[in-house]
Amino acid sequence: MRAFSYVAPDTVDATVAALRTAPPGTRILAGGTTLYDLMKLEIETPPAVVDVHRIAELDTIDAGERELVFGAGARMADVADHPVIRTAYPGLAESLWQAASQQLRNMATVGGNLLQRTRCPYFRNGTEFPCNKRDPGSGCAAVGGHDRAHALLGGSDACIATYPGDFAVMLLAFDAVVDVTGPAGERTVPLAGLHVEPGDEPTREHVLAPDELIVRIRVPATPAGRGSTYLKIRDRESYAFALAAAAVGLTVDADGTVGDCRIGLGGVATRPWRATEAEQTLIGGPLTPQTARRAGEAAFAGARSGAENGFRIELGVRTVADALRIAGERATR
Amino acid sequence: MACTVNGRDVSLDLDPRESLLDMLREQLALTGTKKGCDQGHCGACTVHVDGRRVLSCLTPAVQVAGQAVTTIEGVAGEDSGLHPLQQAFIDHDALQCGYCTPGQIMSGIACIAEGHCGSDDEIREYMSGNICRCAAYVGIVAAVRQTADAVRNGA
Repeated sequence: MRAFSYVAPDTVDATVAALRTAPPGTRILAGGTTLYDLMKLEIETPPAVVDVHRIAELDTIDAGERELVFGAGARMADVADHPVIRTAYPGLAESLWQAASQQLRNMATVGGNLLQRTRCPYFRNGTEFPCNKRDPGSGCAAVGGHDRAHALLGGSDACIATYPGDFAVMLLAFDAVVDVTGPAGERTVPLAGLHVEPGDEPTREHVLAPDELIVRIRVPATPAGRGSTYLKIRDRESYAFALAAAAVGLTVDADGTVGDCRIGLGGVATRPWRATEAEQTLIGGPLTPQTARRAGEAAFAGARSGAENGFRIELGVRTVADALRIAGERATR
Repeated sequence: MACTVNGRDVSLDLDPRESLLDMLREQLALTGTKKGCDQGHCGACTVHVDGRRVLSCLTPAVQVAGQAVTTIEGVAGEDSGLHPLQQAFIDHDALQCGYCTPGQIMSGIACIAEGHCGSDDEIREYMSGNICRCAAYVGIVAAVRQTADAVRNGA
């Protein structure tokens, strides 16, 4: 690991002040489960680190009636175990407790989790492989290579690295926003505009400036919370990244008509993915195995497979259909 | 950096690069905490910080300033007898090579305290961050279950 300077401010204001004078390349450290890991691998080599993991004002959970507010420093395990989240937003709780392990969820913050970096093995495993994300212009070993876990949606010729997170996918389906702050001031960024596709610039993964800190995540309250699920399909039953995942939130009227419908896709795209066309196929009609299957097909209509990942298109279609069934049962319970 | 480790005050000059795992093993000679993958995959390095289980390999040691660290060396009872979960691991043959065992036990103690032991399925889910190369999982689940049941019954 490269040497770096380290400060741990006590407050958000002190953090902003530290970021104002920080050298270029400074990174914000929270739970450390991505950044410290990548620093060990020397993929991240910041000259300075500003540690925010114990700022008390960031470690808050407020399940209000109008919106859910998660301080960026709240731990994944604590949000997952929150009684209101578990009952009124089961999909949010599932997207958290099905991620990583309890040890990692005790460490990782929800703000940091949104910006978790890809698990593409060519990115992580060093200089023997070209990687446009790690070494711009060097090429992409995953395109035409071992791409079993790579993205089916949102990729480019330069990069098909999968966005690995789960929570952001469910947040996207619920129209969440993040409040950020930094030396240039405060602003609010919708989840839908937070992450970017790789295009020809795979080093850029989100729209935040290096000196911007996520302060909180806000989720508008919705009755689709109760009718929600995050269904994550993996190679093993627990503690693995998704081969395909679906984040679904539904409301179903008394006559069986789908009212609200939100569908997000996890583990299959270069960023958290909203399947808007699939949602439209269901709204105003009945939820049946046939319509659920058609929604899944609509969600993956634009999918592009490579050498080894084609099976995940059909897997993804079925995951969406199954998640719709589960969410429908919860919505009408 | 000042913290406590197994109830003992510790004060060290640290390079911010150093992991909690390396601090425990190399500076304090507490080698019960094991270095498996050193990348957050295996769980062998699990310790408690302020009572919560974390991976010491992915924790910069400077981050535990002012906090209470507990390792496998610190779980024995006041009479230095085995912790009930340690005894349960013996009772249920919950290990073969033993390398993952300190991490399994630290994780299991926390799993019981968290209340995530309602069923064998829940134990499996909440112990999934601890990999056992010898696949002693059946015994591990039985040992955690026995200890959780004893705690629930007031033993």
